[in-house]
Amino acid sequence: MVTLSSDSRPIIGHGPALGARFFFLAIASIALMVADHRGGYMEVTRSWLQTAVNPLYVVVQVPGQFWGWLTGSFSDRSRLRTENAQLNDELRTARVKLLRFDALTEENRRLRAIRNASQGMGERTLIAEIVRVDVDPYRHRVRINKGSQDGVFKGQPVLDAFGIVGQVTRVDEIGAEIILISDNEHATPVQVNRNGIRSIAVGTGDIHRLNLPFLTIESDVKPDDLLVSSGLDGIFPAGYPVATITKVERDPSATFAVVEARPLAQLDRAREVLLLWVDPSTQPAPPAPAVKPARPAPSTAPASPPPTTASPATTEPTSAPEASDEPTTPPPP
Amino acid sequence: MADGGSSGLRITITTLLALIFAIAPLPDVMNQAKPPLLLLLVIYWSLSAPRIAGLMFAWMCGFAIDVVKGPLFGQHAVAYLLIAYLTHKFQLRMRIFPIYHQTLTVFMLLALYEFVVFWIDGIIGPAVTGWMRWVPVITGTLLWPLLVAVLDTWNRARR
Repeated sequence: MVTLSSDSRPIIGHGPALGARFFFLAIASIALMVADHRGGYMEVTRSWLQTAVNPLYVVVQVPGQFWGWLTGSFSDRSRLRTENAQLNDELRTARVKLLRFDALTEENRRLRAIRNASQGMGERTLIAEIVRVDVDPYRHRVRINKGSQDGVFKGQPVLDAFGIVGQVTRVDEIGAEIILISDNEHATPVQVNRNGIRSIAVGTGDIHRLNLPFLTIESDVKPDDLLVSSGLDGIFPAGYPVATITKVERDPSATFAVVEARPLAQLDRAREVLLLWVDPSTQPAPPAPAVKPARPAPSTAPASPPPTTASPATTEPTSAPEASDEPTTPPPP
Repeated sequence: MADGGSSGLRITITTLLALIFAIAPLPDVMNQAKPPLLLLLVIYWSLSAPRIAGLMFAWMCGFAIDVVKGPLFGQHAVAYLLIAYLTHKFQLRMRIFPIYHQTLTVFMLLALYEFVVFWIDGIIGPAVTGWMRWVPVITGTLLWPLLVAVLDTWNRARR
């Protein structure tokens, strides 16, 4: 039984009646929801409030950071030494690869200049750390510790060492929120690296699974095919690895095959992610308004596109993928 | 109301703690079963200190949750408001319920809250329909008697 702690005065007869107060506040919150959802008028307010609650995030970080410091300062010397040696090895091999890659990049740029193609490689990156806060267990969103102070902007692509992680949905002064590609409101335009078939990889809400709903049963995909970003959304630059196909099921009576893929980025494990600035002059203008986000801004394409949107994704695979204006960038090694 | 100030202090402290609990990361399974502690506190303070913890307080708490987690401003705010309204409406009865009866009522309130949030989710986009979504209702209900015991003890000691 709850004891009445502070006030034993009668609560009736002070101020407006309970029902009236409820009514006004409910109207206020519904107005707020509409303004936020339909109009998007709340961006500035949200960024301010997010900045204001940042101390809370800092407090939540403290135990984890303390634990990290503790294990770091007590880990033994020999382990650190082996780790160091291993990292040195990796660095050496990576350097050798990078030498080759530099040459290839240069060659690629020259060839592109000859072809007068607009797709470029001019990119800048910044490492951001994922802030360990629970945003919502049912939405695959994470917070990072870089915000508009560092030039982060809404719709910015985010990668890790293995592939595309997601894109920035909200920015405030000192932090930003990322939507992961596995969120069920997110869709990534992809193409099969082997033959250039284009499609859309829709998040499922399961961190290890993406769905490719717009591949016909005749389309040439098979398990272990690599999916790379196609760059058609104007958000993700072309040619970055996204996922590998895990399952293809063709039911002869159906129009579309059931195709599932597994994201390559370590969505559940990564601590650090890479923010990417694509040079705007070298980035092609988004060609099709069909894959532009409407208003779930996070999605690069609506999760369930209307028929008009679905048609390019479904009909194009049968057309020749090597159309002259189609940039096919090789993925970075 | 000599102790109004101290009661307000208690409300502030517990609210802040609950807000921190709401964003603290737990291991994955526990994260999904995390009880809505702030909502339980709103119910508790609405019963225990209805003049301080009014509808505005509940609305602010819900709005705070919107700021730290929600995809949309006003979603949790309106759900909190509805729960606080029902609690205030039935506070005279709820306060004298035996604890099991009260727990059952809280269970229904939490289920209603989860439903409202789920409903608004469904309006603005594809909602998650897994059964795990309803686990916080159970954990929250189980937490209620404990919360009442702890806070009542504290309130009596500070009276």
